[in-house]
Amino acid sequence: MSEPLLRRSPVVRFLRGRDTTIVAALVVIVILSAIFVPYFASVTTVSFLLIDAVPILLMAMPVALIIITGEIDLSVASTAGLSAAVLGVLWQQSHAHGNIWLIFVVCLLVGAACGAFNGFLIAVVGLPSLAVTIGTLALFRGLALVVIGDNAVADFPTDLTTFATSSIPGIGVPTVMVFVVIVVLVFGVILHLTPFGRSLYALGYSAEAATFVGIRVNRSKFSLYVASGVISSAAGLFWVLRYSSAQSDSVQGLELSVVAAVLLGGVSIFGGSGSVLGVVVGVLIIRTVNYSLQLGGLPDTALTIVTGGLLVLSVVAPSVSARLTAAREHRARTRLIDAQAS
Amino acid sequence: MSRVTLAASPTRTHAPTRTFFRGASRTFASREFSVFAALAILLIVTTVANPRFLSPQGTKDLLLNSAIFVVMAVGETLVIISRNVDLSVGSILGLTAFSTGAVYSAFPHMPLIGIFVVGIVLGGILGAVNGLIVTTARVPALVITLGTLYIFRGINNAWAGSTQYFVGNDPQEFGNLSAQTVFGIPLLALIALAVTVIFALYLYGARSGRDLYAIGSDPVAAELFGIRVRSRVILAFVVSGALSGLAGVLYASRFNSVGADTGTGYELQIVAAVVVGGVAIFGGSGTVAGAAIGAVLLTTMTGALAALNVSKFWQQAIVGVLIIAAILITKVISLRNSRRLRVSEAKAPGAAADDIEATHV
Repeated sequence: MSEPLLRRSPVVRFLRGRDTTIVAALVVIVILSAIFVPYFASVTTVSFLLIDAVPILLMAMPVALIIITGEIDLSVASTAGLSAAVLGVLWQQSHAHGNIWLIFVVCLLVGAACGAFNGFLIAVVGLPSLAVTIGTLALFRGLALVVIGDNAVADFPTDLTTFATSSIPGIGVPTVMVFVVIVVLVFGVILHLTPFGRSLYALGYSAEAATFVGIRVNRSKFSLYVASGVISSAAGLFWVLRYSSAQSDSVQGLELSVVAAVLLGGVSIFGGSGSVLGVVVGVLIIRTVNYSLQLGGLPDTALTIVTGGLLVLSVVAPSVSARLTAAREHRARTRLIDAQAS
Repeated sequence: MSRVTLAASPTRTHAPTRTFFRGASRTFASREFSVFAALAILLIVTTVANPRFLSPQGTKDLLLNSAIFVVMAVGETLVIISRNVDLSVGSILGLTAFSTGAVYSAFPHMPLIGIFVVGIVLGGILGAVNGLIVTTARVPALVITLGTLYIFRGINNAWAGSTQYFVGNDPQEFGNLSAQTVFGIPLLALIALAVTVIFALYLYGARSGRDLYAIGSDPVAAELFGIRVRSRVILAFVVSGALSGLAGVLYASRFNSVGADTGTGYELQIVAAVVVGGVAIFGGSGTVAGAAIGAVLLTTMTGALAALNVSKFWQQAIVGVLIIAAILITKVISLRNSRRLRVSEAKAPGAAADDIEATHV
């Protein structure tokens, strides 16, 4: 009798949950595209749509975890670019005869070093992550320029480049998606099923409270940035193989799509909430909208308006709807109190 | 952290009682002075290594190139002091520079004053869009302006396509603007200086200017204190947009050709200039003069790399290092100040604020 208005059944809660809303939005967008965009409903769509989602999906995983802790990483695309440049130069200097797997490992270590640098400045020194990663966005991209200059390295092993662009026959899903799915599952398990993952939410709510309950705040943040560096680096390597070219502007500007996808997927920019499923769906929404508009004949240059618009919408919409919900519940509560009083 | 920084800066109201020496030591200890010293050292070292660097033509190029960055950095300073950030300045510059070309191709006889009004008003409107979204949705300006960076750029792309306007000689008087000098100083540099002085006075003396520091120090306290936070923040974004619009017109005059990618990536340079100039990235402290010197320092750095025969590829990496170094220094200073504040509070509760003030920030 006390607050019957405010209690909802689990079914209603599930239906009104953020994840459900985003999944429904994706389904609606796919159906609308299939009806209105010519040639959308085909197997090639699946390949093209998903292969461009690979780097975004990879980088979105660590970035989502970082945003959940209340920090941000804007340097992911630059880290990927630096790894791509290192890959290009090392491969060129080995005259295309070196052990490419060894070079891959070196590149991933470069990525880890980039992440550790961010993590050191943010978690150990205690600088604001926004300012630090704007700085390293410039720094890592600048180092990529220093490493590779104006060159473009192209003669990578054909078996690897064909593998990077290949699809699983029949269903059209890119082969590399298998690895991406593994990465997503690992991050999903870490975030949702381990004490470490739960502690990240606590951190995002209040770093001070998290410290008092025994969470090692700095160590958690540091390890997330290192993970971000390694995964971004892997995304950079994939980028090079997919386009068979390593140059200083590889992966440039992708941090926008990554942050947009993560926020669109329901991760709060203030930290403390979000899910891996939501982020995956957020990436797919952005890719689907972009791909449909491309198929529909919109020029590539105008697509930046859509991505930017989705980013703004993804933070404005939840903020406005949260305020509306709060106002509604406030009214419901006052009405209840009035009713009880009279 | 930032709260301490903030408490220190805006309380410089009882200056007249200060002795000359105290004032002098404050000047030398200030962030603006150390940035200025860095600029002076850079100029001296480069000129010694390559005397042509500060030849009359070299100096003129330096001043002309700095002017555009200074104008934008001044607007960005207002936004950052209010604990926001405007990442869309490069796109606003691009859009206004291109519309300058478009306006001149439609109305070739547009008077000079008209083209400036168009640029400033268009920039101001774009800035107002930023300010309205940020204050209405109450979400970090970083995300909103990252979004509008791409939206404005996308509009520019869609509008321009592969069109390039060459406005340098057509009309001649517009192109001449960037070649004109007054007493040997390029007109563009004087415009930048005037903008800096106007907004330095505004932030120093005007009520709404002081409000920006209060908002940046503690937005909630500012709201409780009765400051109209929303309209002040919108105003800061409008100023930032309008000044980027002015910079767009100056850019068109200076560089002649404007197209779809004009001004791409400028936002990093501008944020770097402001942060290097001693404005705290989390708001509440810093001056327009510092940011302007920061902008000149960054431009000089680019020129100096070329003069010293360092590969141009190093430029962006150095910008990154400068940003990180600047926030490190800000952090160290605020730590030192908070320690000093604690110590002096323990000694004599009343003297605390005075002591801190003498040290700068």
